[in-house]
Amino acid sequence: MSQPEVLTQAFELGFTYTRSTGPVVGRFLTELRDRRIFGIKGSDGRVIVPPMEYDPVTAEELSEFVEVGQQGEIVSFAWVKEPRAAHPFDRPFAWAMIKLDGADVAMIHCVAAQSEGELATGARVQAVWADETRGFITDIRCFELAQEN
Amino acid sequence: MQQIAIVGYQQSDCVSWAGATNEVELIMPVLRRVFDQVGLANAQDVDFVCSGSCDYLQGAAFAFVAGVDALGAVPPIKESHVEMDAAWALYESMLKIRMGHAKSALIYGFGKSSPGELPIVLSQQLDPYYLAPQWVDTISLAAMQARLMLDQGLITERDMAEVVARSRGNALNNPHAQLSGDIAVDELLAQETYVSPLRKSDCPPVSDGASAVIICTVEQAIEWGVPYAIISGIDHRIESHNLAMRDLTDSVSTRQAAQGAGMADGSVDVAELYAPFSHQEIILTRALGLGENTQVNPSGGVLAGNLMMASGLSRIGELFNRITSGEARRGIAHATSGPCLQHNLVTVVESA
Repeated sequence: MSQPEVLTQAFELGFTYTRSTGPVVGRFLTELRDRRIFGIKGSDGRVIVPPMEYDPVTAEELSEFVEVGQQGEIVSFAWVKEPRAAHPFDRPFAWAMIKLDGADVAMIHCVAAQSEGELATGARVQAVWADETRGFITDIRCFELAQEN
Repeated sequence: MQQIAIVGYQQSDCVSWAGATNEVELIMPVLRRVFDQVGLANAQDVDFVCSGSCDYLQGAAFAFVAGVDALGAVPPIKESHVEMDAAWALYESMLKIRMGHAKSALIYGFGKSSPGELPIVLSQQLDPYYLAPQWVDTISLAAMQARLMLDQGLITERDMAEVVARSRGNALNNPHAQLSGDIAVDELLAQETYVSPLRKSDCPPVSDGASAVIICTVEQAIEWGVPYAIISGIDHRIESHNLAMRDLTDSVSTRQAAQGAGMADGSVDVAELYAPFSHQEIILTRALGLGENTQVNPSGGVLAGNLMMASGLSRIGELFNRITSGEARRGIAHATSGPCLQHNLVTVVESA
């Protein structure tokens, strides 16, 4: 029996529109492009990084931006032994909650390390920038253990 | 207020891979069984139908519409859907009945998670600018939550393994469970970590399947002449999508939902908790203040089989089974949605 002809058609899923990230998320992403990290003050004065548009408790619209440090400490982390295809590394790495200097709320990002034993809650880490920054959260390529000053 | 009863519950087996069986084929046998349980012919015999599912699992917009094929919806029926666990479809159905727009409702939830990479699929429900582009998987988020608890001395790895051992043991009595058996805590602790500090056994299996519940007014249940249990309260609450602004070692929204549902108005003989990760069962039992008088997850819970979009509904169904069998007089069912127990629903069910 001959093989039936299989019809194929290339298909690319795409969106036919663009959207603005707005004055809060947009400001944060634009600052990342310029290799700076900004947070925003919540209703209770706590500095939230990355910034939120509205306070999760009071629902107040937030607008007071604050630049924070590019170093911080690990609040918690997950050690990924077997990275998934979508993950930012193809070797073991960590996801971490990182409280940057000057921030009161941790942000979630990846941390490059050789082994789980190198990391600990409270460990100091610093941001590593991507070679080319484009205004995405991934402009911070990862964090790595901070060099002691 | 109109009292609402549960009269039927059926669930498919939780299987790791349903093969070529599609979603409609997963749903149909469960619907047939729940109709038979109540003595109904088909979906024409209820006033309202509501389903819960997630189009991301199928990877197609409006994929849930295909699920309606399982109903044979001709002539047309009154139907709705939530892009959530079907426990929330039950919530919507209760509102429909309380508003007087229906006397009975069929609720079903389904999920075929095996074709995709579930923890990565679920990463796309996170913040679209800060987290989704990083593809942070849900197991890693739960692992960070567990480490917070371990670091603060709120739990030990042994506590977590004890939850797993009890769940697998209880699941021996659940014919639909995917993972069951007598397994020693030390044997679990001897296993390597997976996404550290979690071991694979601390995580729910990926399961394919469906479940269904029928609810109605108490008058309707009496007219149908079937055993029933009464839903005396239901409430749900959500917390911030910013994980770092929540106290991940507690579940404030679960406690609020339990208060709203009136959990404290009587004894809690049984609690069926939707705790996808072992440490989350401990968070929930503490947030709810459950003590020795409450049997937790006699079904084995979702560590024994986790039907995305149906497991929350199944918790309510399992509670219904305990109450109509006479094993319990009153209990609660909990459902969760989102990362690290973000959104929680509590249902209180009592004997008639």
